[in-house]
Amino acid sequence: MISQIFILSTKGDHLIYKDFRGEESKDSINGFYEMVTALSGDQPPVVMSYKGLHFIHARQGGLYWVASTKTNPSPFTIIEFLNRLAALTKDYCGSLSEKSVRMNFALIYELLDEMVDFGYIQTTSTDILKNFIQTEAVSSKPFSLFDLSNVGLFGAETQQSKVAPSVAASRPIMSSRGEQGGKNEIFVDVIERLSVVIGSKGVLMKADIQGEIRIKCFLPTCSEMRIGLNEELSIGKSQLKGYSSAVRVDECRFHQAVKLDEFDTFRILKVCPSQGEQTVMQYQLCDELPCAPPFQLFPSVEKDYVNRVLIFLKLRCDLPPKSTALNVSITVPVPKGSTSMSQELSSPDQTAELQPKNKALLWEIPRFPGGAQLSALFKVDVPGLSSASLLEVGPVSMSFELPKQTCTGLQIRFLRLSPTQTGLSQRWVRYVTHSDSYTIRI
Amino acid sequence: MPYFGSEETVKELKRALSNPNVHADRLRYKNYISKVIRMKDLDSWAQSEVLTFLLRYRPRSDDQLFDILSLLDSFLQSAHAHVTVATLRLFLQLASAHPAVQADALLRTSAPLLATCGAASRELRFAGLCHVQQVMRSQPGLFGTHYKRFFCGYSEPTYIKFRKMEILVELVNDENVSLVLEELRSYCTDVSPELAQAAIAAIGRIARTYSEKCLDILTGLLALKQDHITSAVIQTFRDLVWFCPQSTAAVCQTVEACVDSPQDSEGKQALLWLLGEHGDQISSAPYVMEGYIDGLKTELSSAVKMELLTASVKMFLCRPAETQDMLGRLLHYCIEEESDVCVRDRALLCYRLLQRGVEETRKVVTGPKSDPSMSVLTGRQEEPISQWTATFNTLGPLSGRDLCPQTAVISAADQPSSSAEKELLPDEEISLSLGSPLSHETFEKMWLDLEILHRQTLGSPRPRTAPDTLQAALQLVKIQTLAFTPGDTVPWKAYIYTRSTGTLILAELLQGDQQAPGSDESLVVSVKQQPVNQHAIRGFVSILKSVLQTLNVDSS
Repeated sequence: MISQIFILSTKGDHLIYKDFRGEESKDSINGFYEMVTALSGDQPPVVMSYKGLHFIHARQGGLYWVASTKTNPSPFTIIEFLNRLAALTKDYCGSLSEKSVRMNFALIYELLDEMVDFGYIQTTSTDILKNFIQTEAVSSKPFSLFDLSNVGLFGAETQQSKVAPSVAASRPIMSSRGEQGGKNEIFVDVIERLSVVIGSKGVLMKADIQGEIRIKCFLPTCSEMRIGLNEELSIGKSQLKGYSSAVRVDECRFHQAVKLDEFDTFRILKVCPSQGEQTVMQYQLCDELPCAPPFQLFPSVEKDYVNRVLIFLKLRCDLPPKSTALNVSITVPVPKGSTSMSQELSSPDQTAELQPKNKALLWEIPRFPGGAQLSALFKVDVPGLSSASLLEVGPVSMSFELPKQTCTGLQIRFLRLSPTQTGLSQRWVRYVTHSDSYTIRI
Repeated sequence: MPYFGSEETVKELKRALSNPNVHADRLRYKNYISKVIRMKDLDSWAQSEVLTFLLRYRPRSDDQLFDILSLLDSFLQSAHAHVTVATLRLFLQLASAHPAVQADALLRTSAPLLATCGAASRELRFAGLCHVQQVMRSQPGLFGTHYKRFFCGYSEPTYIKFRKMEILVELVNDENVSLVLEELRSYCTDVSPELAQAAIAAIGRIARTYSEKCLDILTGLLALKQDHITSAVIQTFRDLVWFCPQSTAAVCQTVEACVDSPQDSEGKQALLWLLGEHGDQISSAPYVMEGYIDGLKTELSSAVKMELLTASVKMFLCRPAETQDMLGRLLHYCIEEESDVCVRDRALLCYRLLQRGVEETRKVVTGPKSDPSMSVLTGRQEEPISQWTATFNTLGPLSGRDLCPQTAVISAADQPSSSAEKELLPDEEISLSLGSPLSHETFEKMWLDLEILHRQTLGSPRPRTAPDTLQAALQLVKIQTLAFTPGDTVPWKAYIYTRSTGTLILAELLQGDQQAPGSDESLVVSVKQQPVNQHAIRGFVSILKSVLQTLNVDSS
């Protein structure tokens, strides 16, 4: 099975190297790094062969997580294992970056020792591993509740309506041997990824939502947790739709450890979360968007004078008035050979720049309130402009984050922990929608 | 392996999976396979290991087959992608004689496979896409309704987009062709030239079945006057005309209207080929070619020059008056002034052919105008599933070429008894037989005469059953017990014999002897044989082991 595992930074520094079977020497690392940096953009880098050895790697947190093997195993197993290794590292070290891996290399070696035996994957479950991991994690910056510099705030459905900064969830999980420092907290995230294509006349051509419910648990002991979803959640495609605006998903998949006996009737999930992060439920909704698409664009592209293209964009946000979209960035492809651009934006915190290398102009809006309409006028100079070049002002892509809302309408009604905890334990819930790919054709 | 669940499961797994002779007997099948398939107790990594091991098993009958399939049924819908895909592979391989079962399994796993194609992790998405491509080789219609899932996302890396485009081309049917083409059209103006060219090539492949729509799009793209796009479009036209001769007229019209010539050598070659092959339908062909001939001195690529030579000769054959003069100039330059030997030789060849006369030249230079193998437009051939099952769920589909086919057999380093395994496939199993019973004297005489050929620690202690049970169990597998010492004596010995494939095997089982190493905990077997047949000895030892293990299990 797995012959070696190593972690490299983007520059090729050896961060971690573990050889399980003694079949290959350490030069394979250099061989891998040369191969991966020499690949052109269109060659798939995931699986590569080098002198009878196969490399399979994943990129996470800006690092290369590589497994090498001499046999021909299932790619899904190895890729899922590498992703799980990265997730465990993130749990134990707090964050996933080159710095945290460098500081915690002893912990990672210990993790690898316990997770893989002679190349066979033993376990990746945090519950079992925490009995064997002795090393404490070293975190790169001390966790402080007063660090409110991040814009993304948590919202919680507890009585006090407290709010915690988003870095609260990114601290290392405590080992069971450590002192009983740290609070008993549990963070539940409902994260949705939106993939939308809107045609040239504003018609919705494709809409997909992929969602996950993730739990990040800092409770030292496992206690059963009950998560209640919307009672009217219906699963599966059916021709009949009720009159109410019921929450619908096409299909959902659950983690192995989730008990579903109350799911059919009351839509309650029962799970004993282990320490660290795990995905409890994954669902998707295809070809349908229950809410309106969050953004609508009204573009107009014209030729102005001899060598100038006028792009006038009117962007309307169709979210409910109390919500905002954050970090909205809009990329508009421009004709080849564009040299410079002048812009008129409606407010000073927006920025726009022309990127000739990417043949696109980038417009960034940090905060976009719901119901608002923003417009911008761009004048792009293109020497040698022809009427056909206007066709190159192609599909507009957007990326944004919608905090505190889910497009499907999935809500967590309640979170109950069975009372075996001594002391208070706090429960935090967060809803976020990201844009996976939001394209508007002109 | 301490993490596989309870100690019980560990022991049973160890026993079952290290015993290559599990296949041999129906009794063992029920005991071991059914226990091994208590997979709900295992975690997902162990499950996929077990599924990979099970690939080696060949069911003896349809009943066994359906037993196994029904036990594993629930894992087709597992929450973990690797378990689902491993189960699917097992189904496809075991049920190779039942295509209906295979088709049903593929249908039920189409949803999980599609889900991996939309996973958050790019590498997983890529693996899912490659496997969807494999499945579509046999069942192209399976994913037809879900074509929208294969539209490329904006931020995806190029290698994923390429695979998605390949899949889109294969998914096209009458209902979704216009939407798919619109999507591909929008990729053609992408920033990255490789992606644009791949999208144009994809449209070209679809054009073999849906010519008019694609031709409209391709013509529109020519109007953009972008070098890489124009070059790709002309290459696509060349391929299209070869595979789809009925579109020649439309293509020629478009090429005629396209004034801009491509700048890179691939594009130029394609254009020249089109002009030469179908010069009679393109009215301005000789003049375009004249432009190339005049610019010959600055032309760097020899491939273009050779194509120019061939094309000019072909054009001369259909339009002599206009081409004669420039052909002469071309040949003169290539023979007299050209430095590249290949071009010069080609020019000499053309010159000598023309010297022999027009008819000779026509016979040599003109060939079929379109692909001779495409007589009738047939649909895509569906491959039988068995062609790709061997590489399903391995690294093969992801790396784009066949890796060393180590499909179900784990490499020899893993299993010390793997060499024994190769010879113990159910087809070639050792069959033991009792034959005529040996008398005590004969046994003793033979025992003292022969040398010990093989001695091995069996790894399991003497079963704590009554001796009669042991004798009966051995009898069941056709091993005759000659004698054994009473139950509690130390050291405990037993003498057994059997016949197999023409040899007589005598063996002594020993436990608790101070002099024999390793015999405190487990039985040591010493084997003597006449005549010598190592293969039979190995078979005998493994059967013996399995009997002892069964008895140990039953008695503990």
